[in-house]
Amino acid sequence: MRLTAYIEGIGLLGPGLSDWPSSQTVLGGKQPYQPHKTILPPPTLLPAAERRRSGAIVKLTLATGLEAIAAAGLDAANLSSVFSSSGGDGENCHAICEMLASDDRQISPTRFHNSVHNTAAGYWSIATGAMTTSSVLSAFDASFGAGLLEALTQVVVDRTRTVLLACDTAYPEPLYSTRPIPDAFGIALVLAPQHSARALAKITVNLTDAGADRLDDAALESLRSNIPAARGLPLLRAIALRQDQRVVLDYLDSTRLAVAIALC
Amino acid sequence: MNSLWLSHFTATSSIGRGLDQTLAALRQRRAGLVPCAFDSVDLATFIGKVPGVDAVPLPAQLADFDCRNNRLALLGLTQDGFAEAVHAAIEKYGAQRVGVFLGTSTSGILQAELAYRRRDPVTGALPAGFIYRTTHNTFSVADFTRLYFGLSGPAVAVSSACSSSAKVFSSARRMLAAGLIDAAVVGGVDSLCLTTLYGFNSLGLVSEQACRPFDAQRNGISIGEAAAFALLERSPEHLDADAVLLLGIGESSDAYHMSSPHPDGLGARMAMQAALNMAGLKPAGIDYINLHGTATQSNDAAEGKAVAAVFGPDIPCSSTKGATGHTLGAAGGVEAVICALALQHGLLPAGLNTQQLDSTLDLDYVLENREQPVTRVLSNSFGFGGTNCSLIFGRAGNP
Repeated sequence: MRLTAYIEGIGLLGPGLSDWPSSQTVLGGKQPYQPHKTILPPPTLLPAAERRRSGAIVKLTLATGLEAIAAAGLDAANLSSVFSSSGGDGENCHAICEMLASDDRQISPTRFHNSVHNTAAGYWSIATGAMTTSSVLSAFDASFGAGLLEALTQVVVDRTRTVLLACDTAYPEPLYSTRPIPDAFGIALVLAPQHSARALAKITVNLTDAGADRLDDAALESLRSNIPAARGLPLLRAIALRQDQRVVLDYLDSTRLAVAIALC
Repeated sequence: MNSLWLSHFTATSSIGRGLDQTLAALRQRRAGLVPCAFDSVDLATFIGKVPGVDAVPLPAQLADFDCRNNRLALLGLTQDGFAEAVHAAIEKYGAQRVGVFLGTSTSGILQAELAYRRRDPVTGALPAGFIYRTTHNTFSVADFTRLYFGLSGPAVAVSSACSSSAKVFSSARRMLAAGLIDAAVVGGVDSLCLTTLYGFNSLGLVSEQACRPFDAQRNGISIGEAAAFALLERSPEHLDADAVLLLGIGESSDAYHMSSPHPDGLGARMAMQAALNMAGLKPAGIDYINLHGTATQSNDAAEGKAVAAVFGPDIPCSSTKGATGHTLGAAGGVEAVICALALQHGLLPAGLNTQQLDSTLDLDYVLENREQPVTRVLSNSFGFGGTNCSLIFGRAGNP
């Protein structure tokens, strides 16, 4: 079974990758990859109260999602959405677990708001005014693949434009030792059911048991393997290289996603 | 949409293990809520705790998954022949063609809460026995279920707070329609933990007594735990009259506030209307609404207004959270199963604990069980962050 969609906009933010336009030369191998800590822009679209309360996952989601949608020239309020993250906000989770293990268990309302896995989805709808369908997913290391598959089924079955927001943020110690996600990384893709002047590439996806593609650059490969959302990088690399090709993206231990990419 | 068949289903909550106990509790108007005695929690509140969860052993090869949430999942999966039905589906369709879509809000976070009490005094490290991936992580319960059955098809945890295990039906519907799978294990599992008890308490949303949905004096939720599952398949041509079908799904987002619903229930209204549209039904085609009905002031008011706006004042409705408590990420699944029982047994279950109905809400809120033929029902699930999902189920015998 093959699922086809058109990529109309791309958002990217991660260590040493500050947006999609400037990252294409790095992913395409024309400039060396120079990692530095991810810089998260302030979420200016949020009302002041929500802006103050927003953590890294909210900032990352807004930055990548809005970049992709602006590039496609669309209105975020009209798009369905799929939020996929391998786990919740690690900093926030650490703070809550620390308090619950102390003598004073009165965690703050803001901490609790930010503990739900759909925090970013909630802030996204407040910021963009989107009252549309949204799916909020986790599949541990398979989260990028699970999000892409969910977004594709929205596009193919419901014939709707959808934005995929695959984001992960860093875990602090002592959680880091049990879940070593080193930094924030996000990919956003606007996907459409039909070809239009906006289309960057057509993707056709099917399940496969072939092994996932790796990246040649050791530092980029380390990013891909250490942050679940970065498992989508081979797809972005092919688009950056302006090459029609077939890549295999990581998904579950027993199943991966084969993606045939045809540039538009 | 093409209707989907709930070929098997089961629920385990504080009111019972499996369908027989759940139906008996509903018929006897028996609530599962008791004063909170969970771990070291020092809050004056009621909880819906499932007895015997601690005594459920996980299979040896899945020992890494050991935590309250996965024990509850296994307890739920092994009721009503559900596990056997999944094995039969695997036999029929293949292990790659059966998907797993499970809702949870906190998964096995209790394991991390307990581990943080045993950090190394010098290094701060968590104890060696703590395994993040297979317990705390949101995906853990879906991964456990997938491995328990030896499945290799698409699998995911849906975690949109209290709409999670309603939304799973939507993900599964799309995956079935896209032809990626032939059957789906859907449902939700959420278990008691300190994060939700103290978290909802911090928002002033936890009642000191058993929750009273739609009561004029309602003052908050009672947190519960549950595991509920359904096996979804495409509808075959011939079905028994009392087979249960999923007829429509509606989803929306409030775009309003993280922890308060839109005051007029705008998002809720959109979700219910979208479900009716997908099912090709008018409001008059629905016989009963299982309300989200958490028993907070703002949630019930917003939902009441939304229901009245879409359906008018005469549609019978109730919240079963007075019986089960609010089982959070499992609530949509539990209430889908209660809807299935309502359809098969001709029962509109009464809302419990409610003494004096909120007279500002113009609803036919069911306070006594009603025995009558039931053809189609709607179930609401709304969550934190303004995430809404309405499901419509019907009896196959009355299309």
